[in-house]
Amino acid sequence: MESLDQIFVTAKHAVLGLLPAAWQPWASAVISVGAILAVFPLLFALTTVVERKALGRMQNRPGPNRVGPFGFLQFAADGIKSLTKEDIVPRAADPIVHFLAPLVVVIPPVLAFAVLPVGRHMVALDLPETGLLFFLMVGTAVELGVFMAGWSSHNKYSLLGAMRALAQLLSYEIPLILSAITVVMLSGSLSLVTLVERQAEVHGGFLLGWNLFTPWGLAGALLFFTAAVAEANRSPFDLPEAESEIVAGYFTEYSGFKFALFFLGEYLGLFAISGLGITLFLGGWLPPFSFLGWVPSWIWFFAKLGALMMVFIWLRGTLPRLRMDQLMQFAWQFLLPMSLVNLFVAGLWHFTASWPLLARWLLGAAVLAVPWMLYARGFAARHPRRTYRYVT
Amino acid sequence: MTLTFALLAGLVLGGAFAAVTCRNRVHAGLFLAACLVGLALVFLRLGAEFLGFIQILVYVGAVAVLIVFAILLTRDAESPRDRLANAPASGILIALALFALLAWAISTGKFPAAPAETAAVAPALSVKALGDRLFREYVLPLQAVGLLLTAALIGAAVIALPAPKPDPLDDSDASGPAS
Repeated sequence: MESLDQIFVTAKHAVLGLLPAAWQPWASAVISVGAILAVFPLLFALTTVVERKALGRMQNRPGPNRVGPFGFLQFAADGIKSLTKEDIVPRAADPIVHFLAPLVVVIPPVLAFAVLPVGRHMVALDLPETGLLFFLMVGTAVELGVFMAGWSSHNKYSLLGAMRALAQLLSYEIPLILSAITVVMLSGSLSLVTLVERQAEVHGGFLLGWNLFTPWGLAGALLFFTAAVAEANRSPFDLPEAESEIVAGYFTEYSGFKFALFFLGEYLGLFAISGLGITLFLGGWLPPFSFLGWVPSWIWFFAKLGALMMVFIWLRGTLPRLRMDQLMQFAWQFLLPMSLVNLFVAGLWHFTASWPLLARWLLGAAVLAVPWMLYARGFAARHPRRTYRYVT
Repeated sequence: MTLTFALLAGLVLGGAFAAVTCRNRVHAGLFLAACLVGLALVFLRLGAEFLGFIQILVYVGAVAVLIVFAILLTRDAESPRDRLANAPASGILIALALFALLAWAISTGKFPAAPAETAAVAPALSVKALGDRLFREYVLPLQAVGLLLTAALIGAAVIALPAPKPDPLDDSDASGPAS
Protein backbone atom coordinates (compact mmCIF):
# COMPACT_ATOMS: atom_id res chain seq x y z
CA MET A 1 0.00 0.00 0.00
CA GLU A 2 2.90 2.29 0.72
CA SER A 3 3.99 1.88 -2.88
CA LEU A 4 0.55 2.76 -4.23
CA ASP A 5 0.44 5.83 -2.02
CA GLN A 6 3.75 7.08 -3.41
CA ILE A 7 3.33 5.75 -6.96
CA PHE A 8 3.47 9.18 -8.60
CA VAL A 9 6.43 10.31 -6.51
CA THR A 10 8.44 7.16 -7.30
CA ALA A 11 7.51 7.46 -10.99
CA LYS A 12 8.79 11.02 -11.06
CA HIS A 13 12.03 10.06 -9.34
CA ALA A 14 12.50 7.16 -11.78
CA VAL A 15 12.18 9.56 -14.72
CA LEU A 16 14.54 12.05 -13.08
CA GLY A 17 17.10 9.28 -12.51
CA LEU A 18 17.37 8.78 -16.26
CA LEU A 19 18.44 12.38 -16.85
CA PRO A 20 21.84 14.04 -16.27
CA ALA A 21 22.14 15.77 -12.92
CA ALA A 22 22.30 19.26 -14.41
CA TRP A 23 18.85 18.87 -15.96
CA GLN A 24 17.17 17.45 -12.89
CA PRO A 25 15.88 20.64 -11.20
CA TRP A 26 14.38 21.82 -14.48
CA ALA A 27 12.97 18.41 -15.35
CA SER A 28 11.47 18.11 -11.87
CA ALA A 29 9.66 21.42 -12.28
CA VAL A 30 8.49 20.53 -15.78
CA ILE A 31 7.07 17.19 -14.64
CA SER A 32 5.24 18.75 -11.67
CA VAL A 33 3.82 21.57 -13.76
CA GLY A 34 2.84 19.11 -16.50
CA ALA A 35 0.96 16.99 -13.97
CA ILE A 36 -0.93 20.03 -12.66
CA LEU A 37 -1.75 21.20 -16.19
CA ALA A 38 -2.99 17.73 -17.14
CA VAL A 39 -5.02 16.84 -14.04
CA PHE A 40 -6.94 19.99 -13.15
CA PRO A 41 -8.19 21.00 -16.62
CA LEU A 42 -9.31 17.40 -17.13
CA LEU A 43 -11.10 17.62 -13.82
CA PHE A 44 -12.69 20.83 -15.09
CA ALA A 45 -13.94 19.04 -18.21
CA LEU A 46 -15.44 16.21 -16.18
CA THR A 47 -16.97 18.61 -13.65
CA THR A 48 -18.80 20.58 -16.34
CA VAL A 49 -20.45 17.39 -17.60
CA VAL A 50 -21.28 16.15 -14.11
CA GLU A 51 -22.64 19.58 -13.21
CA ARG A 52 -24.91 19.72 -16.24
CA LYS A 53 -26.14 16.19 -15.62
CA ALA A 54 -26.79 16.85 -11.93
CA LEU A 55 -28.49 20.20 -12.56
CA GLY A 56 -30.59 18.49 -15.21
CA ARG A 57 -31.62 15.83 -12.73
CA MET A 58 -32.56 18.49 -10.18
CA GLN A 59 -34.64 20.34 -12.77
CA ASN A 60 -36.36 17.21 -14.13
CA ARG A 61 -34.63 17.13 -17.50
CA PRO A 62 -32.05 14.72 -18.90
CA GLY A 63 -29.09 17.10 -19.35
CA PRO A 64 -26.51 16.41 -22.06
CA ASN A 65 -27.09 12.89 -23.38
CA ARG A 66 -26.01 12.81 -27.05
CA VAL A 67 -22.18 12.74 -27.22
CA GLY A 68 -20.56 9.53 -26.04
CA PRO A 69 -21.92 7.19 -23.37
CA PHE A 70 -24.62 9.03 -21.34
CA GLY A 71 -23.37 12.30 -22.82
CA PHE A 72 -20.09 12.12 -20.95
CA LEU A 73 -18.01 13.26 -23.94
CA GLN A 74 -19.93 16.53 -24.14
CA PHE A 75 -16.88 18.45 -22.88
CA ALA A 76 -14.87 17.35 -25.96
CA ALA A 77 -17.60 18.60 -28.29
CA ASP A 78 -17.80 21.88 -26.38
CA GLY A 79 -14.03 22.31 -26.48
CA ILE A 80 -13.83 21.75 -30.23
CA LYS A 81 -16.77 24.07 -30.77
CA SER A 82 -15.20 26.91 -28.79
CA LEU A 83 -11.86 26.42 -30.58
CA THR A 84 -13.44 26.73 -34.03
CA LYS A 85 -15.73 29.64 -33.22
CA GLU A 86 -14.95 33.09 -34.53
CA ASP A 87 -13.17 35.35 -32.08
CA ILE A 88 -15.21 38.56 -32.03
CA VAL A 89 -13.72 41.72 -30.53
CA PRO A 90 -16.09 44.70 -30.36
CA ARG A 91 -14.94 47.69 -32.39
CA ALA A 92 -15.15 49.99 -29.37
CA ALA A 93 -13.22 47.59 -27.15
CA ASP A 94 -9.75 48.30 -25.88
CA PRO A 95 -7.92 45.62 -27.87
CA ILE A 96 -4.86 45.00 -25.68
CA VAL A 97 -6.66 44.94 -22.34
CA HIS A 98 -9.45 42.89 -23.92
CA PHE A 99 -6.88 40.34 -25.09
CA LEU A 100 -4.96 40.19 -21.80
CA ALA A 101 -7.96 39.82 -19.49
CA PRO A 102 -8.66 36.08 -20.06
CA LEU A 103 -4.98 35.33 -19.45
CA VAL A 104 -4.96 37.29 -16.19
CA VAL A 105 -8.03 35.33 -15.12
CA VAL A 106 -6.64 31.87 -15.97
CA ILE A 107 -2.99 32.05 -14.90
CA PRO A 108 -3.38 32.80 -11.13
CA PRO A 109 -5.45 29.70 -10.26
CA VAL A 110 -2.94 27.54 -12.13
CA LEU A 111 -0.14 29.10 -10.08
CA ALA A 112 -2.09 28.46 -6.89
CA PHE A 113 -2.03 24.71 -7.48
CA ALA A 114 1.76 24.83 -7.15
CA VAL A 115 1.64 25.10 -3.34
CA LEU A 116 -1.35 22.81 -2.83
CA PRO A 117 -0.38 19.40 -1.40
CA VAL A 118 -2.56 16.85 -3.22
CA GLY A 119 -0.99 13.85 -1.48
CA ARG A 120 1.80 12.80 0.84
CA HIS A 121 5.02 14.31 -0.62
CA MET A 122 2.95 15.48 -3.59
CA VAL A 123 3.39 19.23 -3.78
CA ALA A 124 5.07 21.05 -6.62
CA LEU A 125 6.50 23.87 -4.51
CA ASP A 126 6.66 23.75 -0.73
CA LEU A 127 7.19 27.25 0.63
CA PRO A 128 7.90 26.59 4.32
CA GLU A 129 7.64 30.24 5.32
CA THR A 130 4.98 31.65 3.05
CA GLY A 131 2.89 28.88 1.41
CA LEU A 132 -0.54 30.18 2.39
CA LEU A 133 0.50 33.74 1.63
CA PHE A 134 1.50 32.72 -1.89
CA PHE A 135 -1.90 31.15 -2.39
CA LEU A 136 -3.77 34.23 -1.21
CA MET A 137 -1.49 36.47 -3.25
CA VAL A 138 -2.21 34.76 -6.56
CA GLY A 139 -5.91 34.76 -5.71
CA THR A 140 -5.99 38.54 -5.64
CA ALA A 141 -4.71 38.84 -9.20
CA VAL A 142 -8.01 37.46 -10.52
CA GLU A 143 -9.82 40.61 -9.42
CA LEU A 144 -7.71 42.71 -11.74
CA GLY A 145 -8.42 40.33 -14.63
CA VAL A 146 -12.16 40.51 -14.07
CA PHE A 147 -12.00 44.27 -14.00
CA MET A 148 -9.92 44.35 -17.19
CA ALA A 149 -12.47 42.13 -18.96
CA GLY A 150 -15.44 44.19 -17.87
CA TRP A 151 -13.94 47.57 -18.56
CA SER A 152 -12.24 46.82 -21.87
CA SER A 153 -15.41 45.40 -23.44
CA HIS A 154 -16.96 48.86 -23.55
CA ASN A 155 -20.38 47.52 -22.77
CA LYS A 156 -22.55 48.66 -19.92
CA TYR A 157 -23.49 45.14 -18.88
CA SER A 158 -19.83 44.16 -18.77
CA LEU A 159 -19.00 47.25 -16.74
CA LEU A 160 -21.82 46.53 -14.30
CA GLY A 161 -20.61 42.96 -14.00
CA ALA A 162 -17.06 44.11 -13.34
CA MET A 163 -18.19 46.56 -10.67
CA ARG A 164 -20.26 43.91 -8.98
CA ALA A 165 -17.39 41.45 -9.22
CA LEU A 166 -14.87 43.86 -7.68
CA ALA A 167 -17.17 44.80 -4.82
CA GLN A 168 -17.96 41.16 -4.15
CA LEU A 169 -14.41 39.83 -4.39
CA LEU A 170 -13.00 42.56 -2.15
CA SER A 171 -15.72 42.08 0.46
CA TYR A 172 -15.61 38.31 0.65
CA GLU A 173 -11.83 38.16 0.69
CA ILE A 174 -11.77 39.52 4.25
CA PRO A 175 -13.85 36.78 5.93
CA LEU A 176 -12.03 34.23 3.77
CA ILE A 177 -8.59 35.30 4.99
CA LEU A 178 -9.75 35.83 8.58
CA SER A 179 -11.17 32.32 8.80
CA ALA A 180 -8.00 30.87 7.25
CA ILE A 181 -5.89 32.76 9.80
CA THR A 182 -7.40 30.76 12.68
CA VAL A 183 -5.70 27.64 11.34
CA VAL A 184 -2.39 29.48 11.04
CA MET A 185 -2.77 30.74 14.62
CA LEU A 186 -3.31 27.27 16.03
CA SER A 187 -0.75 25.46 13.86
CA GLY A 188 1.91 28.15 13.94
CA SER A 189 2.92 27.67 10.34
CA LEU A 190 2.22 29.15 6.93
CA SER A 191 3.36 26.09 4.99
CA LEU A 192 0.39 24.17 3.61
CA VAL A 193 2.30 20.88 3.98
CA THR A 194 2.91 21.52 7.68
CA LEU A 195 -0.72 22.55 8.17
CA VAL A 196 -1.81 19.13 6.89
CA GLU A 197 0.74 17.28 9.00
CA ARG A 198 -0.46 19.05 12.15
CA GLN A 199 -3.87 17.45 11.62
CA ALA A 200 -2.48 13.90 11.61
CA GLU A 201 -2.74 13.47 15.38
CA VAL A 202 -5.11 10.59 16.28
CA HIS A 203 -7.77 11.18 18.96
CA GLY A 204 -9.62 8.45 20.83
CA GLY A 205 -7.83 5.72 18.94
CA PHE A 206 -9.54 6.25 15.60
CA LEU A 207 -10.50 9.88 14.84
CA LEU A 208 -7.93 12.11 13.19
CA GLY A 209 -7.36 15.65 14.41
CA TRP A 210 -8.85 17.50 11.46
CA ASN A 211 -9.37 21.15 12.23
CA LEU A 212 -13.02 20.60 11.34
CA PHE A 213 -13.47 18.69 14.61
CA THR A 214 -12.94 21.78 16.79
CA PRO A 215 -15.44 24.59 17.44
CA TRP A 216 -13.33 27.21 15.69
CA GLY A 217 -12.57 24.79 12.87
CA LEU A 218 -16.22 23.97 12.28
CA ALA A 219 -17.27 27.61 12.28
CA GLY A 220 -14.15 28.53 10.29
CA ALA A 221 -14.87 25.90 7.65
CA LEU A 222 -18.46 27.09 7.25
CA LEU A 223 -17.34 30.72 6.99
CA PHE A 224 -14.48 29.79 4.68
CA PHE A 225 -16.58 27.80 2.25
CA THR A 226 -19.33 30.42 2.19
CA ALA A 227 -16.76 33.05 1.31
CA ALA A 228 -15.10 30.65 -1.12
CA VAL A 229 -18.33 30.18 -3.08
CA ALA A 230 -18.53 33.96 -3.37
CA GLU A 231 -14.86 34.28 -4.34
CA ALA A 232 -15.37 31.70 -7.07
CA ASN A 233 -18.42 33.56 -8.43
CA ARG A 234 -20.62 30.53 -7.94
CA SER A 235 -24.35 30.56 -7.48
CA PRO A 236 -25.95 31.86 -5.23
CA PHE A 237 -23.25 34.55 -5.35
CA ASP A 238 -22.95 34.72 -9.15
CA LEU A 239 -24.13 38.30 -9.46
CA PRO A 240 -21.17 39.38 -11.60
CA GLU A 241 -22.44 37.06 -14.34
CA ALA A 242 -26.17 36.98 -13.60
CA GLU A 243 -27.17 35.91 -17.10
CA SER A 244 -30.83 36.79 -16.50
CA GLU A 245 -30.17 40.45 -15.68
CA ILE A 246 -26.80 41.58 -17.04
CA VAL A 247 -26.22 38.92 -19.75
CA ALA A 248 -23.16 37.10 -18.39
CA GLY A 249 -21.66 40.29 -16.97
CA TYR A 250 -17.99 40.91 -17.45
CA PHE A 251 -17.53 38.33 -20.22
CA THR A 252 -20.54 39.28 -22.32
CA GLU A 253 -18.28 40.50 -25.13
CA TYR A 254 -16.09 37.41 -25.27
CA SER A 255 -16.60 34.60 -27.72
CA GLY A 256 -14.98 31.37 -28.77
CA PHE A 257 -11.93 30.25 -26.90
CA LYS A 258 -11.58 33.39 -24.80
CA PHE A 259 -15.01 32.71 -23.38
CA ALA A 260 -13.92 29.14 -22.67
CA LEU A 261 -10.86 30.53 -20.87
CA PHE A 262 -13.08 32.51 -18.49
CA PHE A 263 -15.06 29.37 -17.86
CA LEU A 264 -11.85 27.42 -17.25
CA GLY A 265 -10.45 30.10 -14.96
CA GLU A 266 -13.61 30.14 -12.88
CA TYR A 267 -13.59 26.39 -12.36
CA LEU A 268 -9.84 26.25 -11.70
CA GLY A 269 -10.34 28.98 -9.10
CA LEU A 270 -13.09 26.92 -7.52
CA PHE A 271 -10.86 23.83 -7.43
CA ALA A 272 -7.98 25.80 -5.97
CA ILE A 273 -9.99 27.45 -3.22
CA SER A 274 -11.75 24.17 -2.39
CA GLY A 275 -8.34 22.52 -2.24
CA LEU A 276 -7.21 25.22 0.18
CA GLY A 277 -10.31 24.64 2.31
CA ILE A 278 -9.59 20.90 2.31
CA THR A 279 -6.00 21.57 3.33
CA LEU A 280 -6.94 23.99 6.10
CA PHE A 281 -9.99 22.34 7.65
CA LEU A 282 -10.71 18.93 6.15
CA GLY A 283 -7.37 17.30 6.83
CA GLY A 284 -5.83 17.68 3.38
CA TRP A 285 -4.80 14.28 2.12
CA LEU A 286 -5.40 12.60 5.50
CA PRO A 287 -8.16 10.02 5.99
CA PRO A 288 -10.90 10.80 8.54
CA PHE A 289 -10.30 7.61 10.55
CA SER A 290 -6.98 6.03 11.33
CA PHE A 291 -8.14 2.56 10.21
CA LEU A 292 -8.66 3.95 6.71
CA GLY A 293 -5.00 4.86 6.45
CA TRP A 294 -4.37 2.19 3.80
CA VAL A 295 -6.20 4.20 1.13
CA PRO A 296 -3.64 6.26 -0.85
CA SER A 297 -3.40 9.89 0.23
CA TRP A 298 -4.08 11.37 -3.21
CA ILE A 299 -7.35 9.43 -3.41
CA TRP A 300 -8.46 11.13 -0.19
CA PHE A 301 -7.67 14.58 -1.52
CA PHE A 302 -9.49 14.10 -4.80
CA ALA A 303 -12.41 12.32 -3.12
CA LYS A 304 -12.85 15.33 -0.82
CA LEU A 305 -12.55 17.67 -3.80
CA GLY A 306 -15.19 15.69 -5.69
CA ALA A 307 -17.52 15.68 -2.70
CA LEU A 308 -17.15 19.45 -2.33
CA MET A 309 -17.87 19.91 -6.05
CA MET A 310 -21.09 17.94 -5.63
CA VAL A 311 -22.06 20.20 -2.71
CA PHE A 312 -21.41 23.29 -4.84
CA ILE A 313 -23.47 21.87 -7.72
CA TRP A 314 -26.23 21.05 -5.27
CA LEU A 315 -26.13 24.62 -3.92
CA ARG A 316 -26.33 25.98 -7.45
CA GLY A 317 -29.37 23.85 -8.18
CA THR A 318 -31.07 24.83 -4.93
CA LEU A 319 -30.50 28.44 -3.95
CA PRO A 320 -31.79 31.52 -5.77
CA ARG A 321 -29.37 34.34 -6.54
CA LEU A 322 -28.93 37.05 -3.92
CA ARG A 323 -29.62 40.71 -4.51
CA MET A 324 -26.63 43.08 -4.56
CA ASP A 325 -27.46 44.82 -1.26
CA GLN A 326 -28.14 41.46 0.41
CA LEU A 327 -24.78 40.24 -0.85
CA MET A 328 -22.88 43.17 0.65
CA GLN A 329 -24.88 43.10 3.86
CA PHE A 330 -24.19 39.39 4.29
CA ALA A 331 -20.45 39.88 3.90
CA TRP A 332 -19.99 42.94 6.10
CA GLN A 333 -22.69 42.49 8.71
CA PHE A 334 -22.66 38.74 9.19
CA LEU A 335 -19.54 37.00 7.85
CA LEU A 336 -17.03 39.61 9.00
CA PRO A 337 -18.21 39.87 12.65
CA MET A 338 -18.60 36.12 12.87
CA SER A 339 -15.09 35.53 11.58
CA LEU A 340 -13.75 37.99 14.17
CA VAL A 341 -15.61 36.09 16.89
CA ASN A 342 -14.15 32.91 15.48
CA LEU A 343 -10.68 34.40 15.71
CA PHE A 344 -11.34 35.03 19.40
CA VAL A 345 -12.54 31.44 19.88
CA ALA A 346 -9.35 30.16 18.25
CA GLY A 347 -7.39 32.19 20.80
CA LEU A 348 -9.48 30.70 23.64
CA TRP A 349 -8.80 27.22 22.27
CA HIS A 350 -5.10 27.93 22.33
CA PHE A 351 -5.07 29.20 25.92
CA THR A 352 -7.34 26.48 27.34
CA ALA A 353 -5.13 23.67 26.06
CA SER A 354 -4.88 22.12 29.54
CA TRP A 355 -8.65 21.93 30.05
CA PRO A 356 -10.67 18.72 29.51
CA LEU A 357 -11.83 18.40 25.92
CA LEU A 358 -15.56 18.64 26.68
CA ALA A 359 -15.16 21.88 28.64
CA ARG A 360 -13.10 23.43 25.82
CA TRP A 361 -15.67 22.38 23.30
CA LEU A 362 -18.60 23.74 25.29
CA LEU A 363 -16.85 27.05 25.94
CA GLY A 364 -15.88 27.50 22.27
CA ALA A 365 -19.30 26.49 21.00
CA ALA A 366 -21.02 28.82 23.45
CA VAL A 367 -18.84 31.81 22.54
CA LEU A 368 -19.66 31.16 18.89
CA ALA A 369 -23.33 30.34 19.27
CA VAL A 370 -24.41 33.32 21.38
CA PRO A 371 -23.35 36.06 18.93
CA TRP A 372 -24.70 33.95 16.10
CA MET A 373 -28.12 33.72 17.70
CA LEU A 374 -28.09 37.45 18.45
CA TYR A 375 -27.15 38.24 14.86
CA ALA A 376 -29.84 35.96 13.55
CA ARG A 377 -32.40 37.66 15.81
CA GLY A 378 -31.21 41.11 14.77
CA PHE A 379 -31.44 40.15 11.12
CA ALA A 380 -34.93 38.80 11.55
CA ALA A 381 -35.98 42.00 13.33
CA ARG A 382 -34.53 44.26 10.66
CA HIS A 383 -35.78 42.25 7.71
CA PRO A 384 -39.35 41.15 8.32
CA ARG A 385 -40.56 38.30 6.19
CA ARG A 386 -42.00 39.63 2.97
CA THR A 387 -45.55 38.95 2.04
CA TYR A 388 -46.51 38.74 -1.59
CA ARG A 389 -49.95 39.45 -2.89
CA TYR A 390 -51.03 37.45 -5.87
CA VAL A 391 -53.99 38.07 -8.11
CA THR A 392 -56.27 35.12 -7.60
CA MET B 1 23.86 44.68 -12.08
CA THR B 2 22.61 41.45 -13.55
CA LEU B 3 20.25 40.85 -16.42
CA THR B 4 17.29 39.96 -14.18
CA PHE B 5 17.76 43.12 -12.16
CA ALA B 6 17.92 45.18 -15.34
CA LEU B 7 14.71 43.59 -16.63
CA LEU B 8 12.90 44.16 -13.33
CA ALA B 9 14.15 47.73 -13.10
CA GLY B 10 12.89 48.27 -16.64
CA LEU B 11 9.48 46.89 -15.65
CA VAL B 12 9.27 49.07 -12.55
CA LEU B 13 10.50 52.28 -14.19
CA GLY B 14 8.57 51.72 -17.41
CA GLY B 15 5.39 50.96 -15.50
CA ALA B 16 5.81 54.00 -13.29
CA PHE B 17 6.55 56.27 -16.25
CA ALA B 18 3.58 54.96 -18.20
CA ALA B 19 1.37 55.31 -15.14
CA VAL B 20 2.05 59.03 -14.86
CA THR B 21 1.98 59.84 -18.57
CA CYS B 22 -0.93 57.69 -19.78
CA ARG B 23 -3.92 59.76 -20.83
CA ASN B 24 -6.35 56.95 -20.12
CA ARG B 25 -6.88 56.63 -16.39
CA VAL B 26 -7.62 52.92 -16.44
CA HIS B 27 -4.48 52.24 -18.44
CA ALA B 28 -2.55 54.31 -15.91
CA GLY B 29 -3.99 52.22 -13.08
CA LEU B 30 -3.05 48.98 -14.83
CA PHE B 31 0.48 50.23 -15.50
CA LEU B 32 0.75 51.12 -11.83
CA ALA B 33 -0.24 47.53 -11.00
CA ALA B 34 2.50 46.27 -13.35
CA CYS B 35 5.02 48.57 -11.65
CA LEU B 36 4.03 47.23 -8.22
CA VAL B 37 4.34 43.64 -9.43
CA GLY B 38 7.85 44.53 -10.62
CA LEU B 39 8.69 45.87 -7.16
CA ALA B 40 7.44 42.65 -5.60
CA LEU B 41 9.68 40.69 -7.95
CA VAL B 42 12.65 42.80 -6.83
CA PHE B 43 11.83 41.86 -3.23
CA LEU B 44 11.62 38.20 -4.19
CA ARG B 45 14.93 38.39 -5.98
CA LEU B 46 16.51 39.75 -2.79
CA GLY B 47 15.18 36.75 -0.88
CA ALA B 48 12.46 38.69 0.97
CA GLU B 49 9.68 36.19 0.24
CA PHE B 50 7.25 37.47 2.82
CA LEU B 51 7.66 41.09 1.81
CA GLY B 52 7.28 40.29 -1.89
CA PHE B 53 4.05 38.34 -1.42
CA ILE B 54 2.63 40.96 0.93
CA GLN B 55 3.52 43.62 -1.63
CA ILE B 56 1.37 41.91 -4.26
CA LEU B 57 -1.38 40.99 -1.78
CA VAL B 58 -1.74 44.54 -0.46
CA TYR B 59 -0.69 46.80 -3.32
CA VAL B 60 -1.90 44.86 -6.36
CA GLY B 61 -4.74 42.97 -4.71
CA ALA B 62 -6.17 45.83 -2.70
CA VAL B 63 -4.70 49.23 -3.61
CA ALA B 64 -4.60 48.86 -7.39
CA VAL B 65 -8.02 47.20 -7.42
CA LEU B 66 -9.46 50.02 -5.30
CA ILE B 67 -7.90 52.59 -7.61
CA VAL B 68 -9.52 51.08 -10.72
CA PHE B 69 -12.76 50.64 -8.77
CA ALA B 70 -12.73 54.34 -7.93
CA ILE B 71 -12.10 55.12 -11.60
CA LEU B 72 -15.12 53.02 -12.52
CA LEU B 73 -17.31 55.00 -10.15
CA THR B 74 -16.26 58.38 -11.57
CA ARG B 75 -17.84 59.68 -14.69
CA ASP B 76 -14.96 60.41 -17.05
CA ALA B 77 -13.06 57.18 -16.99
CA GLU B 78 -11.73 57.45 -20.50
CA SER B 79 -11.39 61.09 -21.49
CA PRO B 80 -9.44 63.03 -18.93
CA ARG B 81 -9.25 66.64 -19.96
CA ASP B 82 -6.15 67.70 -18.11
CA ARG B 83 -2.90 66.06 -18.94
CA LEU B 84 -1.04 66.83 -15.74
CA ALA B 85 -2.34 67.94 -12.41
CA ASN B 86 -3.31 71.59 -12.11
CA ALA B 87 -0.08 72.60 -10.43
CA PRO B 88 2.83 70.70 -11.96
CA ALA B 89 5.44 72.80 -10.17
CA SER B 90 4.31 71.89 -6.66
CA GLY B 91 4.01 68.24 -7.70
CA ILE B 92 7.57 68.19 -8.96
CA LEU B 93 8.72 69.91 -5.79
CA ILE B 94 7.01 67.35 -3.56
CA ALA B 95 8.41 64.48 -5.62
CA LEU B 96 11.96 65.90 -5.38
CA ALA B 97 11.62 66.44 -1.64
CA LEU B 98 10.41 62.87 -1.14
CA PHE B 99 13.23 61.55 -3.30
CA ALA B 100 15.80 63.53 -1.32
CA LEU B 101 14.39 62.25 1.97
CA LEU B 102 14.46 58.63 0.81
CA ALA B 103 17.93 58.97 -0.66
CA TRP B 104 19.18 60.50 2.59
CA ALA B 105 17.58 57.73 4.64
CA ILE B 106 19.00 54.97 2.46
CA SER B 107 22.50 56.44 2.22
CA THR B 108 22.86 57.09 5.96
CA GLY B 109 20.96 54.09 7.27
CA LYS B 110 22.84 51.01 8.43
CA PHE B 111 21.64 47.61 7.27
CA PRO B 112 22.82 44.89 9.66
CA ALA B 113 22.50 42.02 7.20
CA ALA B 114 23.10 43.21 3.67
CA PRO B 115 22.08 40.35 1.37
CA ALA B 116 24.59 38.83 -0.97
CA GLU B 117 24.50 40.31 -4.44
CA THR B 118 24.24 37.10 -6.39
CA ALA B 119 21.87 34.25 -5.66
CA ALA B 120 18.62 34.33 -3.74
CA VAL B 121 19.63 33.98 -0.11
CA ALA B 122 17.49 32.43 2.59
CA PRO B 123 15.34 35.03 4.36
CA ALA B 124 17.39 36.46 7.19
CA LEU B 125 14.25 37.17 9.20
CA SER B 126 11.57 34.50 9.49
CA VAL B 127 7.89 35.42 9.41
CA LYS B 128 7.63 34.45 13.06
CA ALA B 129 10.46 36.81 14.04
CA LEU B 130 8.86 39.53 11.95
CA GLY B 131 5.56 39.11 13.78
CA ASP B 132 7.35 39.11 17.13
CA ARG B 133 9.10 42.37 16.36
CA LEU B 134 5.94 43.94 14.98
CA PHE B 135 3.75 43.09 17.95
CA ARG B 136 6.31 43.60 20.73
CA GLU B 137 8.90 46.20 19.83
CA TYR B 138 6.90 48.18 17.29
CA VAL B 139 3.43 47.70 18.70
CA LEU B 140 2.92 51.42 19.36
CA PRO B 141 3.65 52.55 15.77
CA LEU B 142 1.48 49.68 14.56
CA GLN B 143 -1.43 50.85 16.70
CA ALA B 144 -0.89 54.42 15.56
CA VAL B 145 -1.11 53.34 11.92
CA GLY B 146 -4.24 51.35 12.76
CA LEU B 147 -5.80 54.41 14.38
CA LEU B 148 -4.95 56.54 11.37
CA LEU B 149 -6.52 54.04 8.97
CA THR B 150 -9.62 53.73 11.13
CA ALA B 151 -10.00 57.51 11.18
CA ALA B 152 -9.67 57.56 7.38
CA LEU B 153 -12.28 54.81 7.11
CA ILE B 154 -14.74 56.66 9.33
CA GLY B 155 -14.15 59.85 7.37
CA ALA B 156 -14.84 58.05 4.10
CA ALA B 157 -18.02 56.56 5.53
CA VAL B 158 -19.20 59.97 6.71
CA ILE B 159 -18.58 61.47 3.28
CA ALA B 160 -20.39 58.59 1.62
CA LEU B 161 -23.44 58.78 3.90
CA PRO B 162 -26.57 59.61 1.91
CA ALA B 163 -27.97 63.09 2.40
CA PRO B 164 -30.86 63.15 4.86
CA LYS B 165 -34.11 62.51 3.05
CA PRO B 166 -36.76 65.25 3.16
CA ASP B 167 -39.46 64.46 5.65
CA PRO B 168 -42.48 63.16 3.68
CA LEU B 169 -44.86 64.71 6.22
CA ASP B 170 -43.28 68.13 5.84
CA ASP B 171 -45.78 70.23 3.86
CA SER B 172 -43.32 72.93 2.90
CA ASP B 173 -41.46 70.50 0.60
CA ALA B 174 -43.72 70.09 -2.40
CA SER B 175 -41.30 67.96 -4.42
CA GLY B 176 -41.12 65.23 -1.76
CA PRO B 177 -42.51 61.77 -2.43
CA ALA B 178 -46.27 61.70 -2.35
CA SER B 179 -46.59 58.57 -0.26
